[in-house]
Parts: sequence; structure tokens; C-alpha cells
Amino acid sequence: MKAQQYEAPDSIDKAVALLAAAKGQARVLAGGTDLLIQMRVGRLSADTIVDIKCIAELRKISREDGGFKIGAAVSGAEADEHAELVAHWPGVVEGWELIGSTQIQGRATLAGNLCNASPAADGVPALIAAGAQVTIVGPNGSRKVPVEAIPTGPGRNSLAKGEFVTYFHLPKRPPHSSDAYLRLIPRTEMDIAVVGCAVNLTLDAGGTCTAASVALGAVAPTVVKVPDGAKALIGTKLDAAALDKLAAAASAACKPIDDKRGTVVYRTKIAGVLARRAALIAYERARKRA
Amino acid sequence: MTAERKEFRWIGKRPVRPDGVDKVTGRAQFSADFNMPGQLIGKVLRSPHAHARIKSIDTSKAKALAGVKAVITGADFPSLPDEWVGAGRVEGNFKYFSENIIARDKVLYEGHTVAAVAAVSAAIAEEALSLIKVDYEVLPHVIDPVEAMAPDAPLLHEKMITRGMKTPPTKPSNVAKWAEFLMGDPVEGFKKADVIVERSYTTKAVHQGYIEPHAVAASTSADGQTVVWCSSQGQYQVRTWVSKIVGLPLSSIRVIPAEIGGGFGGKLIPYLEPLAVRMSRLTNRPVKITMSREDVFRATGPTSGAAMKIKVGATKDGKIVAAEGEFIFQAGAYPGSPFMNGLMCSFAPYAIPNVRTWGYDVVTNRPKAAAYRAPGSPIAAYAVESALDELAKKLNIHPVDLRLKNAIVEGTPSYFGPKFGSVGFVETLEALKKHPNYNIPLGPNQGRGFASGFWFNGGGESCATVNINDDGTASVIEGNPDIGGSRASMAIMAAEVLGIDYDKVRPIVGDTASLGFNHVTGGSRVTFATGMAVVRAAEDAVREMKERAAMLWDISPDAVTWEDGFARPAGDNAGKHEPLSLKQIAGQAAKTGGPICGHASLNAQAPGPGLGSHMVDVEVDPETGHVKILRYTASQDVGRAIHPSYVEGQMQGGVAQGIGWALNEEYIYDKNGRLENPGFLDYRMPVCSDLPFIDTIMIEKPVPSHPFGVRGVGEVPIVPPMAAVANAIHSAIGKRLTSLPMSPPKVRAAIDGDA
Ligand SMILES: Cc1cc2nc3c(=O)[nH]c(=O)nc-3n(C[C@H](O)[C@H](O)[C@H](O)COP(=O)(O)OP(=O)(O)OC[C@H]3O[C@@H](n4cnc5c(N)ncnc54)[C@H](O)[C@@H]3O)c2cc1C
Repeated sequence: MKAQQYEAPDSIDKAVALLAAAKGQARVLAGGTDLLIQMRVGRLSADTIVDIKCIAELRKISREDGGFKIGAAVSGAEADEHAELVAHWPGVVEGWELIGSTQIQGRATLAGNLCNASPAADGVPALIAAGAQVTIVGPNGSRKVPVEAIPTGPGRNSLAKGEFVTYFHLPKRPPHSSDAYLRLIPRTEMDIAVVGCAVNLTLDAGGTCTAASVALGAVAPTVVKVPDGAKALIGTKLDAAALDKLAAAASAACKPIDDKRGTVVYRTKIAGVLARRAALIAYERARKRA
Repeated sequence: MTAERKEFRWIGKRPVRPDGVDKVTGRAQFSADFNMPGQLIGKVLRSPHAHARIKSIDTSKAKALAGVKAVITGADFPSLPDEWVGAGRVEGNFKYFSENIIARDKVLYEGHTVAAVAAVSAAIAEEALSLIKVDYEVLPHVIDPVEAMAPDAPLLHEKMITRGMKTPPTKPSNVAKWAEFLMGDPVEGFKKADVIVERSYTTKAVHQGYIEPHAVAASTSADGQTVVWCSSQGQYQVRTWVSKIVGLPLSSIRVIPAEIGGGFGGKLIPYLEPLAVRMSRLTNRPVKITMSREDVFRATGPTSGAAMKIKVGATKDGKIVAAEGEFIFQAGAYPGSPFMNGLMCSFAPYAIPNVRTWGYDVVTNRPKAAAYRAPGSPIAAYAVESALDELAKKLNIHPVDLRLKNAIVEGTPSYFGPKFGSVGFVETLEALKKHPNYNIPLGPNQGRGFASGFWFNGGGESCATVNINDDGTASVIEGNPDIGGSRASMAIMAAEVLGIDYDKVRPIVGDTASLGFNHVTGGSRVTFATGMAVVRAAEDAVREMKERAAMLWDISPDAVTWEDGFARPAGDNAGKHEPLSLKQIAGQAAKTGGPICGHASLNAQAPGPGLGSHMVDVEVDPETGHVKILRYTASQDVGRAIHPSYVEGQMQGGVAQGIGWALNEEYIYDKNGRLENPGFLDYRMPVCSDLPFIDTIMIEKPVPSHPFGVRGVGEVPIVPPMAAVANAIHSAIGKRLTSLPMSPPKVRAAIDGDA
């Protein structure tokens, strides 16, 4: 593991300048739980490392337009202690919180999880189901894009040279809305998702679903949205027929591969199982949230 | 559990282990903790191919790099004769051992050592590795043992003729050895059976998963004396291997045992030591080498995967009348799978009049199999104990009762050797039936499974010294690395014999120069055999102290007794002298003949076999195929629990490893024979949250040959779990899983009827 230069700027502007000026390969370091490991085994190299954890505004979670703004250097453990965020977006936090162990939680960021672009990243499906956006800064200023615009394939993202993610933006929640994330791993923790599924729901006062979004992880090169599954839930109270349709749509949306973590056949079946279970959890949560 | 238990002062108590404080505070020195001034860092070049001929190795550029002090290849080691040494199931061949440590003309698995370098820094050593040019001719490879037996399979050892056959084959093959055991007439036996179960099973190779990767430091002085620091399951074994593989007299090598971070059989043999010693002799400097976890997975021994066929027949009343088993075991790159143990342990727990087992030791392009807790027995038990569960269900007899009807007792003949001595198998089964877990009602998708297991247990060569110090304390020197709390057990036994407090006894594990030969820490032999040596050495010290007291009192030594740490005059002299304490005798040792040391050296015979019976409750998620272990109860004949916490620890540890073997552990190879999961993320050993508390039942049926009745306890606990879990899954979902691991995709496929 070799890096020529390590920088820890205390502002976004300085980070942008350092990344723009860097010669050779420059990489952003957040928690380092992907980056450092990949450098150690020789899968990635870096001439310059820019650590963003000393940038104070990137370590904060704040309210914004009724929703939330989450700094790119916030760790999973910090998010879990933010009661308001947990109350509004339990699915987003539970995806994030599933990453690694207690030790990893003290470091792992959502931005690192997203930009590392693993198809199995646990933090990403719930963000996509939530309709979250990210702010990107770079030499040409800043822009906002939907979360799903970032990963483009296993280990690849759409960020241009010198660009990095500064914030996540979660929208304002209507009443009776909530979300959930479930993953399947062969063990009970410290494992990589064979399939992950997030469901985000809004209900009316009577408990009928008025809006839904379903996203699957680890079943294709990037997260797959399941619009047919969402459609199957809208207008229902998640009766058995609606859930059957959801499960079938989720299985149909999969484009998995056989690999050391699971087979095509198994992943396809499990996508349906998790979609159904996550939808029921989100539904229960949404009913309880005024 | 035994009613007639004599009152002991220390045996059966649970004092803090002597090595405990250093281990929990991080001071204990494991292999990788040794560093010396002037030390070089060694690195190993490993084969990227599963099977290839080495056409040439060019080390010139690596040797020319500044800071590189040594570069070695197979050419730097003597060629050893192709001969088998040692007896029966534990025989070995040093030509193969040597070639496994560093390849000669062929590499036989991905990760096989091809060359090694020693340099002034790790970075330079790494760079030197990248400068070594190996010209390989890649050959077709074979990973699966059944495929390796096919007539057109690629041959690993081109001249290897199967050993053990009455008429040796004329053509070479990948079958290194064939063996058979026969008692009675199974063909006739099956004719008497009312019910027969016949089924095939497969298991996967699994790694011991010790937390400490292999590491070594070796230093050679100008006079050619080499000192080796490493953790192993036997410093004498390391010395023997270094001596043979490097070609040195035993007297020039001293091996100092480090603390060991787990071995489970995998550290019975060295990998890095001969390389480090060779390079330290070339440079006259200390050389340190450490493995990464990936190295451990790619290059050190797992236990075998296997393919097995079992046939068992019983009469309506549940008497097993005949049994047969075929066992194909994967040896990895060189011969030596534990298939012979599989043949013997498979049906060992049962009194069956007609038995035939036969098997094959098959080489494949993967790391050479190494011992793993009760090597061979768990694999065979998965097949046999699954078949017995099926038989019990067909006969409509409770699986525990089927085992009780056929259990071996003292005097039952075995089909592979002498009659069984003291065995507490029946007691383990009866204890399960009495355990509260036996009657807990089960919910939907839950099932209860049972299985039993057998292990020979070992004896063998051990020696020990007990030094009496002038302040009334004692030092115990033993020669077996402490893997499971054995120092505590040695101190307890010495304290019991000497009659002093446990914390007045300090045990150490000596190096190869401090004691005579000691056989390895393995085969569940240490508390039995080395414990016996410690007891005899303590008794020798007591004899000496009685003589010293007799001298002080001027009476015959025969007229002195030893009680609770005091010499007392006996017989006619009783009451005539004040008793002398150990401390008083030790304090006057100079006057009575010098230091008081007891010593014993022995070859311990007649260990009692280990038998265990397990019961597990599982819950299967019918949609995901995920198996949750709800509760687990392990019942075992432990002879005498010297330190019950460490006995329970052995039982719980074996079960935990067995559950991993049952549910998720496997090596995954790509089409080029390269391992895809050489790390704990994807080689899925259980984590804490995967396991319930494991309940233990210790049955104490003392072994007559040991002064305190000790029976080896470390291995049999890993024998039953795979079958117990499979049988519980069957009870839960009505499907029988016949291939390990029983991972979620396989269980779901079984539920769906796809498999
Ligand atoms: C033991 C262990 C267990 C794990 N378990 C899981 C798990 O269960 N589920 C899971 O999904 N992952 C898991 N991971 C992977 C990892 O922890 C997560 O992906 C984590 O969220 C990465 O965040 P980080 O802050 O550590 O990222 P880093 O390692 O700091 O960065 C990851 C990548 O993203 C880039 N990057 C980081 N921040 C930014 C930014 N703001 N803008 C642009 N690029 C950026 C980095 O340059 C790097 O390429 C595990 C890792 C370990 C070591």
C-alpha cells in the first residue's frame, strides 16, 4: 500500500483545490473502510489521499426544507444516534447501520458506500427508494443529482476528475409514510448482501398506499428500481394479491449473476421474498407515523 | 456426575489459568511478536496456477536488488527419498512434505511456494518477489476428488501407483492409497435386515480457521546454531521437520515455542520454518516471515472434502445387522488425507456384527490437507449419522433409542483393532434424554436433530520436570504448547499430588533443549499423556521429599507418608516427629543432598476413547432457506474434568466449528483452480450472533490407565454437529440434505424440490 501524499483540508474549497491540483491518481478518503482495504490488497492505488473528515460542515446532519441534509463524512454510528433522522427515514438508517460491525460503524459513511459502487452496497437501495439527491462539488462548481446517477457499474462511478460528494438530501416526508431495508446474508452479520431490498411507502389516512418505491441491491451491476412492484402496491392496503404481484415484479426485475455469494436462481427467488417482507415492515411503520 | 468421586482439593475446580493475564492484556508473545536487531524480512513467492510445470526460475534480478540478502528456491533444499515413515494411519513421507514447503519441478496448487527472499525491509522483499521470473507451463488441473479418479484426469504425480491394494495397479493415478476394514460378512448381514438405508453424501474441504496466521523468526549464529521462535502444536515436531527438510543435525536446532493463537491440527506441521531457517543460515542473520490471511487460506491445510456412500441395515426391533461405507477423501496436492480415520471412526460407536469400510486417498490441485480436530471422523460421521437418522425414522424408533440399542460398551469388539476399553457412550445418550432441552416443545419450521461421534484419543511420548523451590513453590516444565488451557490442568494435577496450593505451582512450556522429546499437542493427548508425566514427575518429587524428611529424622524413607503437602512419620514412628512441610523440606535441601527435582518420562498407553452425543434445535426460514440454531446440547464422556471450564470450552468450541462446517464454510474455486474466497468475509465461519449458548453435559467415566482418570476431550465435540444439524433440518422441513455446506441456497432448493 503506497500513497505519496496525505492531505486533510478543513474546508470544501480547499479539498476541491487539492483534488484539482493533484498529480496522478487522487482519491477522497472518508471512513477508509473500503479504500484502505482495497489499497492494501493492491486493487486500488493513490498518489494523493484527501481526507474529508476534518471538514466540519461535512460532519453534520441538519434539517432542510422539511427534509434532511447529511454531510458526506457522517458515520453510520452518528446517524443512528440522530433520533429525528431515524424517525423519518428508518429504512435509510437501517441500510447504513447494517454495514460491518460496531467498529466499522464508527467510520463507514454513506458517501463512501455509494462512491465505492459495489452492487451489494447496503446503504444505497433505501436512498434510491427515498428519492434522495446528492450535491457534487468540483472544479466547475456544484450540482445536485439523484443518488442513482452516481454508480455506473461495479467499482465505477460517474464523478469527473476532481469531483466529490458533499451532501445527501432527503426530501420532506408526508404523513403516514415510512421505509424499510432488508438484506439476505448467510450469516447474521459481517457479511455481504446476497440480495438487498428497500421499500418506501406513503399511505392515506385510511391505510391505502398512495405512493411507493422499491429498489433492489446485489441483483444487477447497479441498484434496480422495481416500478411494476411499486405500482402493484399503490391503491391497496398491501393485501396478499398486491404482495404476490410485488414479489413477482421484484423477481422479474433481477438481472443477477452466479458468483461466490449467490446463484441466479436463488437471488431471483430471494428478491421477491425480501420485497414482500420489506413492504410489510414499511407499511407497519407508515401506519404508525402520523 | 460420578457418585463415588473421591474428594479432591484442586481437581475439578476452576482457577484462573496461568497464561490468562498476559493473554487478556495483550502481553503474551505470539509468533509474529518476535523481533530481533538486524532482522531480515522474508517474503514468499507463490504459484498463481493450480497446476504447472516449472520450466525455469530466474532469480538474478531479485538477487541484484539492493537490500536483498537471500533468494532461495527448491534447489536450495536436499531431495529426500520417496519413503513412508511412521505407522498406519499417521504415516508420512518427507519427500512430499518437503515439496509442499517449496515446489521443485511442478507447482500443484495456487499458493504453492516457489521461491522466498529475505531483505532488509518488507518493501524491498516485496519488490524482489516481483523481479523473480518463473517460466511456467500451465497444465490442466483437477479440484474435485471424484473427478480426479476418472481415467483421463490430469495426473498430479505422474508416477504415483496406488498403495495398499492386494494387486498393485500397473498404471499411475491420482489415488494415492486404498484401504479396507472388514468384520463378519456384510453381504449375509444385509439379508437379515428388515430395513435398509443406502445413500450418498458429500462434504467440502474446510479450514481450521485459527485466528493467528503462521509466522516464524529464525536466527543462526556464526557457529551454525539455529534458534527458531514460532507457534506450533509441537516444538519437537518443528525441529524434526527443519532437520530433515533443511538437512541439519537435531542438536544444531533449538525451537522455542511461542504462544499459539489456535491450531486445531493445522499447526502440527510447519510451512515457513524451513524457509526462514535456510535463509538465516545463508545470511547469518535473523529472518522473520509472516503469512497473511490469504496465504493461510491458499497454502495451508484444510481438512478433506469427501464423497461417501453409506449402507446400513437393521431388523424391525432396531438392531443394526450390517453396515458398509465407501469413503473418497481429498488429500489435496500430496497424499495423506485422514481417510483411514474415516474408515475406522465411521461405525465405531456401534456394535455391528458385519461391517465393511473401504476408501481412497485422492490427490487434487488444492493445498495439502492437514489435520483438523478428530481428522476424518467428522466427515464420516456426517454420512453415517445422517443414515442412522433416516434408519431410525423408517423404523419409527427414536434416534436416541436406535443409538442406545446399538451402542458400544466396554468389551465390544471393534472392526479395526482391539476390543473397546472403558467407554461412556450409553451414558451420554441417557444424559441427553434427561436434559431439559430434550422436552422443549418445537414451533413451526423447527426441528430437533441428534447425532453421536467417536474419536480414538491419543497417548504417546511425554516428559515433564517438577522443580521444588526453596520458598515452598513448584515450577512445572512440560513440552506441549498450551492451546486449550493445558497449563492450568498441569498446575492443578501437580498441586493435587504435591498437596500445595494451585497458585504456588507455576507451569511453563519448555523449549526443545529444556526437556526430552515430547510428541505434539494433538490427538487429545496432552492432558492424558503429558498430564500423566506431570503427575509422575510430581510423585517423583514427593518421593525425593520423603527421603529428605527421612534423612532429617533419621528413619527409613518407607516410614514416611505424604499428606496435604507434609511429610509425616508413619508406622512405629508415627507422632515421634513434627510433620515437615514441603517448604521446610525445600528450605533445607542444600543440607540433605541438593536441589529437589522430580522427573518423569513415559510413553502413555491405553487412552480411553472419546464419545459424544449431541442434540440441536433449528429453525428453517422456508422462504430464504436460512437455518437458525436455536439451542444446542452436547453430552460427552470426559473421563475426569481436571478444569471443567476448559473441558466445556473444548466442547463448545468444537460445536461452534462444526456448525460453521455444517452451514456455510466451503472453498470456492474459479474455473482456473484459483480460490475465490481466501478471507473471512466470504469464507463464512460463524460469528457470535450465529450461535446460541451451547449447553454441555460432562459425564465422568474415569479412564483406568490415568492416575486421575483423564480422557482426551478436545476432538470428539466436532464430530457430531454436521449430522445433528442435517437431522434437525430434516425434522423441520422433511427434506434430507446430503451435501455440505447446508447453506441457504441449498436448503431453499431442497424445499422447492430442485435438488
Ligand atoms: C469488515 C467490513 C465489513 C463491511 N460490511 C459491509 C456491509 O455489510 N455492507 C456494505 O455495504 N459494505 C460493507 N463494507 C464496506 C464499507 O464499509 C462500506 O462501503 C462503507 O460505507 C464505506 O464508507 P467509507 O466512509 O469507509 O468509505 P471509504 O473507504 O473512505 O471510501 C470508499 C470509496 O469512495 C470514495 N469516496 C469516499 N467518500 C467520497 C466522497 N464524499 N465523494 C466521492 N468519493 C468518495 C473513496 O475514494 C473510495 O473510493 C464493509 C467493510 C468492512 C471492512
